[in-house]
Amino acid sequence: MYLINIKCTFGVNFKQIVMSGISKTSIARKFAMALSGLFLVLFLAQHFTINFTSVFSEDTFNEISHFMGTNFLVQAVLQPVLIFGVVFHFIMGFILEIQNNKARVVKYKKYSGGANSSWMSRNMIFSGAVILLFLGLHFYDFWFPEIVHKYIESHPEDATRYYSETVAKFAGDPIRTGLYAISFIFLMLHLLHGFASSFQSIGFNNKYSRALTVFAKAFAVVIPLGFIFIAVFHYINN
Amino acid sequence: MKLKLNIWRQEDANAKGGFETYDLDGIHGDMSFLEMLDILNNELVEKNVEPVEFDHDCREGICGMCSLQINGEPHGPDKGITTCQLHMRRFKDGDTITIEPFRAKAFPVIRDLVVDRSSFDRIQHAGGYISVNTSGNTQDANSIPVEKENADLAFNAATCIGCGACVAACKNASAMLFTSAKVSQYALLPQGEIEATERVLNMVHQMDNEGFGNCTNTGACELECPKGISLENIARMNREYLSASFKG
Repeated sequence: MYLINIKCTFGVNFKQIVMSGISKTSIARKFAMALSGLFLVLFLAQHFTINFTSVFSEDTFNEISHFMGTNFLVQAVLQPVLIFGVVFHFIMGFILEIQNNKARVVKYKKYSGGANSSWMSRNMIFSGAVILLFLGLHFYDFWFPEIVHKYIESHPEDATRYYSETVAKFAGDPIRTGLYAISFIFLMLHLLHGFASSFQSIGFNNKYSRALTVFAKAFAVVIPLGFIFIAVFHYINN
Repeated sequence: MKLKLNIWRQEDANAKGGFETYDLDGIHGDMSFLEMLDILNNELVEKNVEPVEFDHDCREGICGMCSLQINGEPHGPDKGITTCQLHMRRFKDGDTITIEPFRAKAFPVIRDLVVDRSSFDRIQHAGGYISVNTSGNTQDANSIPVEKENADLAFNAATCIGCGACVAACKNASAMLFTSAKVSQYALLPQGEIEATERVLNMVHQMDNEGFGNCTNTGACELECPKGISLENIARMNREYLSASFKG
């Protein structure tokens, strides 16, 4: 009888938790942050690959950009999914920060965070906020003009405009180039913790974790430095 | 050695606490940190001042009772030890030492440096056990084969003494390391498989209800844990939880 009662109690709890808990528990939130972060990492890799072609081939950059800017699937499916992913990651990040602050109402007088954790891991909200500000600038520079060009002013398609439009943003503009470079440094700091830690969040911690962490840290350094190189390259060469 | 101690004093759970400064002389490097506090308390009693309340019991690093945030780190500056295992030789003559209670909404201060860690007990009650029929047909635990690797991992998880240093160290006051150790020690053994789904769901649910923060994988808990409980346990709990959720 004792065992049967326990089973019944568990049965009720189980249903309650599954029905309401998956979207509300700390592990579910952590899992969602990790998945959206990994999705954004994939997007970064794709964005970097396309942008890097602008360094060595104007035609290739124009061709790929034209495809991305006019393909129905990219515009109607991938772009909304990407925007949702970005917005979700930021909103969830701020929600987690607010919840975490509430979990320690009285702060320590002396807190030696550096003794047991990295600066990057303790300041994800700060690096994330800088990236959010950067996205505002980036959208102002490229996304909004693109939307106006295509959907509001309805200009005819021109597959050769992308390279010149991109280069024009950096040519002779040290402030914009500098702001992009600083932002990518913060992106690097964010990725140095976020990318590797996302595997832990989805439950991946085994004999391959060390190799995966090395890859994630290398990615976190190489991709932002690559973005900085592209911006500086166009600033210097034009 | 001479020391200056900045210690959090708080009359009771509802009182507004604050730091008091005490000068202490004649401290020997071979004394433990708790013995140093004993000496301070003797002096305070002689001066008709209320002694500083702090948690302690076994004083040999196995009970998980002692706590204290010492100079910004749970259990002090050394790794892999509890406060009772911290020796005064770790400090220099003339040092100022700041001593605070473990801070977390789920660990309310009871008095001075003593905090209420019963939230850990409630997490354990939510599923940190196995149900065994004790009607006379109980199977000998040793008759169930367990893979050596799993037995070792389960044993390592079971070494968690529930001191709360993981929560104290975490910038988010998260209890993921504690909960994951308690989930893992059963999840890795065949005896724990029967209730595995309910266990992880109920324990995580209770952990969240207690008001602990979210884990952001800073790794501070693992480094400050006196028993070296691994972050692997958190990854295992995440897998167990997600798997249990989707089973429904």
